[in-house]
Amino acid sequence: MFTPEMMESVKKVEATRDERMGMEPRRMTAEEKDELLKAYHPDYRQEAFDEIKIGPNKGQKAPKELVHLIHSNSRLLKDKIDLNKVDYDVDVLVIGGGGAGSSAAIEAHEAGANVMIVTKLRIGDANTMMAEGGIQAADKENDSPVQHYLDAFGGGHFAARPELLRRLVMEAPDAIKWLNDLGVMFDKDAEGNMITTHGGGTSRKRMHACKDYSGAEIMRTLRDEVINRKIPVVEFTSAVELIKDENGHAAGAVLLNMETGDYLVAKAKTVVIATGGAGRMHYQGFPTSNHYGATADGLILGYRAGAPLLYQDTIQYHPTGVAFPSQIFGALVTEKVRSLGAMLVNVEGEAFMHPLETRDVAAASIIRECSDRGKGVTTPLGSGVWLDTPMIERIGGEGTIEKRIPAMLRMYMNYGIDMRKLPILVYPTLHYQNGGLEIGGDGFTKVIDNLLVAGEAVGGIHGRNRLMGNSLLDIIVFGRNAGKAAAAKAKDIQIGNLSLKHVEEYADELKSAGIESDDVSPLLLPKYARHERKEN
Amino acid sequence: MEKMVNVYFYGKQYSVPADLTIMTAMEYAGYTLKRGCGCRHGFCGACATIYRIKGKNELKTCLACQTQVEEGMCVASIPFFPTDKRTYEIEDIRPDQRIMMELYPEIYSCIGCNACTKACTQNLNVMQYIAYAQRGEFEKCAEESFDCVSCGCCSVRCPAGISHPMVGLLARRLTGKYIAPETKHLKNRVEEINEGKYDQLIEQIMQKPITEMQELYNTREIEK
Repeated sequence: MFTPEMMESVKKVEATRDERMGMEPRRMTAEEKDELLKAYHPDYRQEAFDEIKIGPNKGQKAPKELVHLIHSNSRLLKDKIDLNKVDYDVDVLVIGGGGAGSSAAIEAHEAGANVMIVTKLRIGDANTMMAEGGIQAADKENDSPVQHYLDAFGGGHFAARPELLRRLVMEAPDAIKWLNDLGVMFDKDAEGNMITTHGGGTSRKRMHACKDYSGAEIMRTLRDEVINRKIPVVEFTSAVELIKDENGHAAGAVLLNMETGDYLVAKAKTVVIATGGAGRMHYQGFPTSNHYGATADGLILGYRAGAPLLYQDTIQYHPTGVAFPSQIFGALVTEKVRSLGAMLVNVEGEAFMHPLETRDVAAASIIRECSDRGKGVTTPLGSGVWLDTPMIERIGGEGTIEKRIPAMLRMYMNYGIDMRKLPILVYPTLHYQNGGLEIGGDGFTKVIDNLLVAGEAVGGIHGRNRLMGNSLLDIIVFGRNAGKAAAAKAKDIQIGNLSLKHVEEYADELKSAGIESDDVSPLLLPKYARHERKEN
Repeated sequence: MEKMVNVYFYGKQYSVPADLTIMTAMEYAGYTLKRGCGCRHGFCGACATIYRIKGKNELKTCLACQTQVEEGMCVASIPFFPTDKRTYEIEDIRPDQRIMMELYPEIYSCIGCNACTKACTQNLNVMQYIAYAQRGEFEKCAEESFDCVSCGCCSVRCPAGISHPMVGLLARRLTGKYIAPETKHLKNRVEEINEGKYDQLIEQIMQKPITEMQELYNTREIEK
């Protein structure tokens, strides 16, 4: 399936493989990494960012596409809602049916709360389902939560909020145990020891996996548990605005039936935003590894209600997205491919970096190779570098790829590329929103009572870059925590009269700032349909 | 000019670029997908699709996001199928053959037609994993069904009305929880944390100034 030019380069990769097998490329120094990031990481491209003109983060930068949504209008300015007609009345409303939302719902239910999930697509249509490589937890004897903290804090450029990172690492082993007790099939040896590997930037092998279906295995188990518990799940229904009560506390959400276009009112004592990421915003024109609904909805809901964002200007580009073939362009090639021994190699067959640098460093390094250094491999959609997958079979023995990363093998085999025999072409893909709504160590937002955030919609857990395997972990840890905390808090709450005053106030603020827009937000779904005659 | 092919969405003809997937071809044709579109990368099973190449008899199943269009492809999506999931309390059940008989008795009505296996979008041996489930061999059923994305194409084609993905899921949960050996290092670490063994150490590292953290990070030993 590769072009003749690509096959020429493959020959060079094959010619250097024996030599590369025995060596470990040098890791970059802290200074080298800093310089590389400043010159090549997309977060440093000033022209891709705009200033937020209103709200709690006024004056700060965010990706242009996100700022556009922040500066867009609420649907409810035009479509008026009668809040007295309540369709759902619950203790805990969970917005989002991914890993964080499902974990929250299970724990809230366990605590005896009347909990409900609303989700824009189906339960499980989420980035959780697509996480491949694994989930971190310091549960081996040579490891400790403190070591995990150090790896994550350094990997995130020392910007993580300590109180959040503490919860992440300290509750990690219990998160794994909880999942295992629910029936998640982790990769184990005959004695029951977890089979763990490195991820980029880890100092201990603490990546637990379920082959390369780690997120899928976790998500389908959580989904099954939600259904077993008969927790109501309202699918194809998005939240388009938070509702507050007269005291300014979160008190529910206005929902939109995605299929009929009808609005619904959900009243709740506590609300958990678990809406996930933003890959489908395609910041800077990048392809994405994210699911169809990843459009930053929760950030818009929260921000319009007055909750501040944190690190909204930092995005994770996964170093190894598919660069070829075009049908799967931007799809994730799990970091586990590198954990198992595959090297990053340029058009000349040279290993140009250590394969397990942190993701931001690896992405920047690949971009440098393909731009200024001119050592990328040309593809129909741009360029890429080789990920030398046949090395995995050499290191781990024949059959390792099929056993450990079957999803990758299947994805490429669909297009006639046998990654056991040929290397594959990769380029960075938009993968994760490092920033999001700011929360305290208890999971609640700091400015709006009774509002919690969990999962990718949170900012500050990882700082300005996230390590592999810490996101599957954070959705479980912070999802569970949010569910427990939301259920506990709901016990003491009397909801006042429902109000959407904050939506009108936000519109006034936009007007005062001189911002006019015909667009509405949250976006809900990316605009992929081609309408040739309607394009403007 | 890029190569185009003719495809038929729900019987209606569209000319689309030949290098698109069924999913992106539908969007090219102007569809805004709501149902029948999830992760777009082959993991969620939202885009189960059935098609036939015009003039050929064979009926094929696939994931729309993972399948390139072909000339004459006549496509219908199956965005939802009433798969029959039975509910249970995972804490109360045990991995014995009885549980399958109770929850999914229809698996014993399998007529061995193998239509499920032929329909599988992941090329799994579906009929085999149902056979394992019938015999109470949950670990084998779990392993054989592990790559299932629950698209439901198997169930669509099953004359016995079996909800195969749900059977596999039950076998996997039973295996993960009850059959796979317990992880002692995990249990120990959870106990240590609950006993407060790391409380002081984590407090200490949280208080350290950034410069000290940088030094610690940049000089930390990395396990080989």
